[in-house]
Amino acid sequence: MKFVAVTSCPTGIAHTYMAAEALEQAAADSGDEMHVETQGSAGSDPLDPQIIADADAVIFAADVEVRDRERFAGKPLVQSGVKRAIGGAAQMLDEARAAAAAGPPAGDAAPAAAGGGGLATKVDSGAGLGTRLRQWLMTGVSYVIPFVAAGGLLIALSFALGGYLITTAPKIADAGFDPGSMQSWARLLFEIGGVAFSFLVPILAGFIAFAMADRPALVPGIVGGYIAGQVGAGFLGGLVAGLLAGAVVLGIRKIKVPRSVAGIMPVVVIPLVSTLIVGVLMVVVLGPPLAALTTGLTNWLNGLSGANKVLLGIILGLMMAFDMGGPINKTAYSFAALGLAAATPASFQIMAAVMAAGMTPPLGLALATVLRKRLFTHVEQENGKAAWVLGASFITEGAIPFAAGDPIRVIPSLMAGSAVTGALSMAFGCTSRAPHGGIFVVPLIGNPLLYLLAIVIGTVVTAFLVVTAKSFHRTPEEAADEVPATQAAAAA
Amino acid sequence: MSEVITADLVDLDLKAADRQSASRQLAERLVKAGRVTDIEGFLADIAKRESQMPTGLEGGIGIPHCRSAHVTEASLAFGRAKEGVDFGAPDGPADIIFLIAAPEGGDASHMKILASLARRLIRAQFKETLRSVKDPAEAAEFIRKEVS
Repeated sequence: MKFVAVTSCPTGIAHTYMAAEALEQAAADSGDEMHVETQGSAGSDPLDPQIIADADAVIFAADVEVRDRERFAGKPLVQSGVKRAIGGAAQMLDEARAAAAAGPPAGDAAPAAAGGGGLATKVDSGAGLGTRLRQWLMTGVSYVIPFVAAGGLLIALSFALGGYLITTAPKIADAGFDPGSMQSWARLLFEIGGVAFSFLVPILAGFIAFAMADRPALVPGIVGGYIAGQVGAGFLGGLVAGLLAGAVVLGIRKIKVPRSVAGIMPVVVIPLVSTLIVGVLMVVVLGPPLAALTTGLTNWLNGLSGANKVLLGIILGLMMAFDMGGPINKTAYSFAALGLAAATPASFQIMAAVMAAGMTPPLGLALATVLRKRLFTHVEQENGKAAWVLGASFITEGAIPFAAGDPIRVIPSLMAGSAVTGALSMAFGCTSRAPHGGIFVVPLIGNPLLYLLAIVIGTVVTAFLVVTAKSFHRTPEEAADEVPATQAAAAA
Repeated sequence: MSEVITADLVDLDLKAADRQSASRQLAERLVKAGRVTDIEGFLADIAKRESQMPTGLEGGIGIPHCRSAHVTEASLAFGRAKEGVDFGAPDGPADIIFLIAAPEGGDASHMKILASLARRLIRAQFKETLRSVKDPAEAAEFIRKEVS
């Protein structure tokens, strides 16, 4: 395997280098490739970005903050103090191998949360246009999801407290706030959540642009996204505005300017010129057709009924289970979560179906470990216990340790169960105004009992299929090298 | 630039009750060689580093070290303590002790030497030689050769 590591210590004289040596020797002993960046006093040579990109996992053996750690965002990570690597380098390599097997950390949709340096993207500049396009969009989505979560849960809570008529209650600013009144609290939560939601499209557009062209592109992206909302071009308009802003800034950057002007380019000239261009295009040229398209799409989704609605539930269910937290899962999820801003019955049904379908993979596997213990290793049985909690919390990633070890049998079973649940949730007309929360937001869900029924049926389908598939040519020993969920979670 | 370690900075028969005493004895050699200007100030810097995290390492190694304004040039002092001195390593006392003195804002070439010493300390062969070496000049030459 290929590893990269960063070592650092308070003085930067001794332990930094000893840890580097120990890690290199351990890797040489086990026949792995290891590149270490020593962030010590002898100056550090930053690792080649290509080497980082190729690495299967990252090891931080550091007692002080790793410099520029956003370079490693999204990689499976093992970290400890510097001394641990000196004494137990081989063990850390084993952990890194386990982390690599468990895949990228579950929380990698929000690379900036990793701390350290400023904002970050996961865009790989060497990749093809298709891959980069996806990475640009996913960067935007990753920054929007916290807004969705905060705003969506506040609004859902406000409905739980004050009922659905809270939307038409008088504004706090007009009626005043009464701390003793439940209605007043509900209205307050509703308004705060609404403010968070109003940022969805601007932030989405801003960070798509940011992923493409870095900081100067934030302004035209956010402004363009806001305009998209104003002209009624919604989520689609935001995507276009973000991509447009990124492209405009990239274009301006290509223009050669005299050295005297170069200093003010990123701070003044680029934001000014690019915002003007994006603004004009969004208001005058692209806005109207995008608004028409959005209206059409919304009407289509609202008009879906019967078989079509169920079909949509099936497709979303398949997507949610296919890669358990990967890009396809996140695409389906963002479709649903960003749709909440539209606040139409159809969007609430889609959100409910997506959430239910994302819960059944870990739940189904957990059930399977209980039903047929002998088909699972001891480690998998332990994973099963964690999977109950992860599934109930709508953390689809809880299924990864099972799928990583036996993808051919596990993933199709998960997809089938999620498709059933997605279809049933749509057919039952369940609605969710909350973008996340799993079982804990069931009280906020429309038709909660049928919703639970949909989840239970999908869970049983998944468990039944996994057990059946594993009963053929499968012994627990085969899975002995799988990764426990605790380690997958630690890698996050 | 002078060598980081010379024969007079080596004590193959170090006797010290604790790590403070071991550091002081080795620091006195650095003072005599004109590499440390203020022994009390230097030892205070060493103690400060030691208090952040003990410098003892598994395998019988202690590496008291610091960057200090009282150091004129990057230097090593090597002490071998047959009875061992506790440097806080989990597996017991250290018999190979390097006092590492780095000047505040030391230049890169010296820092590289200290870095390569740190790397050598991980290797079993390096430690074996230091345990068997007979006289200070031989020890100093071996260390210089290894870290250059």
